[in-house]
Amino acid sequence: MRYLIKGGRVIDPANSVDEVRDVLIADGKIAAVSQNIAEKAEQTIDASGMIVAPGFIDMHVHLREPGREDKETVRSGTRAAVHGGFTAVACMPNTEPAIDSPGRVRELREIAGRDSSCAVHIVAAITEGRAGKKLADLAALKEAGAVAVSDDGSSVEDAGLMRSALEACKKHGLLLIDHCEDRALSGKGVMNKGFISTKMGLRGIARESEYSIVERDIRLAAACGAAIHIAHVSCKESVGIIRAARRSGARVTAETAPHYLALTEACCESYDTNTKMNPPLRGADDVRALKEGLADGTIDAIATDHAPHTDSEKDVEFDLAPFGVIGLETALPVSAMELVETKVLTWSQLIARLSQNPAKILGVPGGSLAAGARADIVIIDPAKKYVYARDSVESKSKNSPFIGWELQGRVMSVLVAGKPVVTGARVAEE
Amino acid sequence: MANQKTVWTKKDLLGLEYLSREEIELILYTAGSFKEVTTRQIKKVPALRGKTVVNLFYEPSTRTRMSFELAAKRLSADVINMAVEASSVRKGETLIDTGRNIEALKIDIIVMRHDCSGAPNILARHVGSSVVNAGDGWHEHPTQALLDIFTLKEKLGRIEGLKVSIIGDIAHSRVARSNIWGLTKLGASVTVCAPEMLIPEGIAEMGVRATSNLDEALAGADAINVLRMQFERDSAVAFPSKLEYFKQYGITAERLKQCKKDIIVMHPGPINRGIEMSSEVADGPNSVILEQVTNGIAVRMAALYLVAHAKAPRAAGPRKEGAA
Repeated sequence: MRYLIKGGRVIDPANSVDEVRDVLIADGKIAAVSQNIAEKAEQTIDASGMIVAPGFIDMHVHLREPGREDKETVRSGTRAAVHGGFTAVACMPNTEPAIDSPGRVRELREIAGRDSSCAVHIVAAITEGRAGKKLADLAALKEAGAVAVSDDGSSVEDAGLMRSALEACKKHGLLLIDHCEDRALSGKGVMNKGFISTKMGLRGIARESEYSIVERDIRLAAACGAAIHIAHVSCKESVGIIRAARRSGARVTAETAPHYLALTEACCESYDTNTKMNPPLRGADDVRALKEGLADGTIDAIATDHAPHTDSEKDVEFDLAPFGVIGLETALPVSAMELVETKVLTWSQLIARLSQNPAKILGVPGGSLAAGARADIVIIDPAKKYVYARDSVESKSKNSPFIGWELQGRVMSVLVAGKPVVTGARVAEE
Repeated sequence: MANQKTVWTKKDLLGLEYLSREEIELILYTAGSFKEVTTRQIKKVPALRGKTVVNLFYEPSTRTRMSFELAAKRLSADVINMAVEASSVRKGETLIDTGRNIEALKIDIIVMRHDCSGAPNILARHVGSSVVNAGDGWHEHPTQALLDIFTLKEKLGRIEGLKVSIIGDIAHSRVARSNIWGLTKLGASVTVCAPEMLIPEGIAEMGVRATSNLDEALAGADAINVLRMQFERDSAVAFPSKLEYFKQYGITAERLKQCKKDIIVMHPGPINRGIEMSSEVADGPNSVILEQVTNGIAVRMAALYLVAHAKAPRAAGPRKEGAA
């Protein structure tokens, strides 16, 4: 089946393209990207007024399968992903049981092969059971198909063990994705520590909890020459540490999530648990620093940390609610509103941080519309305004702080391997 | 000054942070008229007759519960006490389910005490019944601060321009927070005093001066509010011993000598004699502790009355289709 995407503004930073062109797709691959393609195709998609870009890659999602299929499954989570314009995701191993052995990696690959609407890359655990005590068999995990390892949800508190993990990752060609948190400093905190947590009477998470580990782990990585990727950067100190490390040549990459760009700790004042996540929402200075970091390349990628939780788990006292919010389906409009509309980034730069850079960091295909590449494509209407309604959410869970918001910038069509999975902003039925 | 035009429009009383100066003054004004009722032979008015109030207490409290119960009964309301240990909440029923069940019983007002900050705020969003916060975690205890302020106003004639110091475990105190909001909104100048570890981050942004030096906090103060040192909470961690606390922060007759002669001494109760203050001070001429208790009834009558008769259409709470 051949598709011709006509008249859209093709933005493909990996190939330095930003102009109106047609895109021809054949046999699931990009056949040509040029102006006024004359060739015929069975299906034409009119993309005038739209942006045509490489499908996004979310390098930090929680699909909850196996174990918590009540919150999300590979099927529902990847439907949410494509709904949001993502044609590939990397899923975290804090499932039940954790993805800490080759058998579990293989099982998950099978589930993904059967149920997924997009590519699923597997992030396995660093330590057995993510308990931070004993290294998992990283070589075997790599062989079974994991692209990276992380204990995300937890930190590897033991510096010696972290050092060994980094050395093993270097040896076996695995990326280490680092959730940076010192539990001794974050304690029983539920939001950022400061004036707002004080007036709300809630225990605060000290900022040092994040940046002290960012600093420690960047140094450990540098000491053994390993690459390290810092997950969900939330505070200005972390941005500063990463920037300085990059300047001195360290192999550090970093991501932040759209909610850290759009929201601050003030949003917690209503005790809405859809403002509770870890790391927590911070202050205006931190938002500014994150945006600067995205602009100057200190932060390479935008990743949602999509963390589904059921209504009954979230509709409780703030102290008792689990941390996390979903984000796959709002990443594009929220990022566009916070970064492009405010002229922090151009569309091309934003798209690079959503596609080209995550692909490069993970070492997976994607993020490019070069001829011969797999036809993973997203078509966006940058002007379209809509209200994000609860009943339009594809994810099984609805824990989003953006429900009811007026958003601008809608994913209209998505093709995965040349097959349309989203048309008219709706995910196709099987 | 609450003028004729001030009208109570809020379904709930969740905290003093959310009230305007005029709304606070309205409660105080209303409390003033209810205080008269409590001095009568027959201490009852029919203001809340036919209404039902439930005391939903997730934390132990005899005194606050009793105070609310008496306030509701003097307004002729029907009162039910929900003893949390005995009810299904211990079986794992969520806060919102409990609230909905209570609402299904057509309860008008839920007086709620909870150990999680913000619990009343969350419940109020999910039920059409009025929610009155009787203390939530470290967050707010609005009726306590209101009765403290009512008492001060009675004794000193005004709040504007007063110098008030709040002494004790500020970090973990909902009484402190509510008092800070109420007093600053009414124009008082507030100082908080605690051992360093118990002065919470950013407290100055609430418009107060913070010090760890008791003498500094006492100098020139018109009134002091002495908080309970809560050894059953986290506060014990920061302080070596009860004796040590008394030595550094205890209010004694000796300390009062360096203060204004007529300084008002308040305490939310129950007092730990010999820890926050000496018996001499607790029972002495500057203490208004028992008057606070008496005023508590009038203030709580005012709070219940106002939320029950809130003028604007009720916000929040599920509504059935076709309801009038």
